[in-house]
Amino acid sequence: MPRLPMLPVALAVLSLGLLRSGSLLAAEEQYARAIKNYETYCVQCHGLGRNGKGVNTPPMSVQPRDHSDPKIMGDIPDDQITRAIKEGGLAVNKSVLMPAWGHVLSDAEVTEMLAYLRHVCNCGTGK
Amino acid sequence: MKIALAVVAATILSAVPALAADGAGILKSQCAECHALAQPERQDLDHIWNRKGPDLFYAGVKFNKAWLAKWLENPGRIRPAGEFYEKHIKRGDPNDVVDTASLTNHVKLSAADASAAADELMKLTGPAGLVEKGAFKGQAVAAAMGEMFFNKLRGCGACHQSKPDAGGSSGPELYTAGARLQPDYIYAYIKDPQKLDPHVWMPTLPLSDPDIQRLAGYLIQLGQAEGGK
Repeated sequence: MPRLPMLPVALAVLSLGLLRSGSLLAAEEQYARAIKNYETYCVQCHGLGRNGKGVNTPPMSVQPRDHSDPKIMGDIPDDQITRAIKEGGLAVNKSVLMPAWGHVLSDAEVTEMLAYLRHVCNCGTGK
Repeated sequence: MKIALAVVAATILSAVPALAADGAGILKSQCAECHALAQPERQDLDHIWNRKGPDLFYAGVKFNKAWLAKWLENPGRIRPAGEFYEKHIKRGDPNDVVDTASLTNHVKLSAADASAAADELMKLTGPAGLVEKGAFKGQAVAAAMGEMFFNKLRGCGACHQSKPDAGGSSGPELYTAGARLQPDYIYAYIKDPQKLDPHVWMPTLPLSDPDIQRLAGYLIQLGQAEGGK
């Protein structure tokens, strides 16, 4: 079995780690306002884990969307997500329990939220 | 002798106001650390995150004074997940739960202090026009109809409880709202919570006036029923 030189391997692993934490930091920065808004308005139902398991969910007749699910989120087009955020669940034939946030979030904040949701589900543009 | 008695009487009389509780002083020493008693310069999202209790600079157009005095003497929890709710929840299995260990109890006042503090709080009316007088028309609502609108048709129950332990927990419980809040305030808050409390985690919903009258009427009746218990 060929032996790998220890130092270059260690450096490669270290730099990969730094790159990874760097990209995480960049993501945090890029989505900072969306994350703050999500933590303020969305986690009460969609959960700290972005998994639809918020503190309000136990008595709900319809469970909130799991934003971490790439399959389900990937099937929803961008315009439908935008409309659900701005006009509420009923506007997209979903539950009234999802309220309209269009009077709270600006259009720019909704656009940022959409981009953040795509980052959370890691599921592309949905187009 | 007469002079001595007059001096004693005058001394006692002058001491009486000093014995009365100092409402303004109580607000400053007991309330100001957690509540905004004057309108904050910046009512931004950071203000929502940093405060420890709801703003009180418009308490005079918000609360019913009798309820306020009674509650300050014996405060119960109104917000199941505290304020700010996000700071008092944690991940659980299967869903997030209220981190009850992180919640603190509200300060408790003596009867005299509670009454004086309530008097003082009622003087805080906030900016003009915050709550429109006479907006609630006093509509009677059939309880079943009100409950259906509250829970099923308008989704209020997602975040609020209309019965103890039945409903969401990120917003204040509303089964005592009718006892603690003024009818016009309830109307104004349902109509546009963001006007009263910018960036609060309750959305401004596109509700019609009959909708708001119905929901306000339902909550007021609910509070009267619960308040009598």
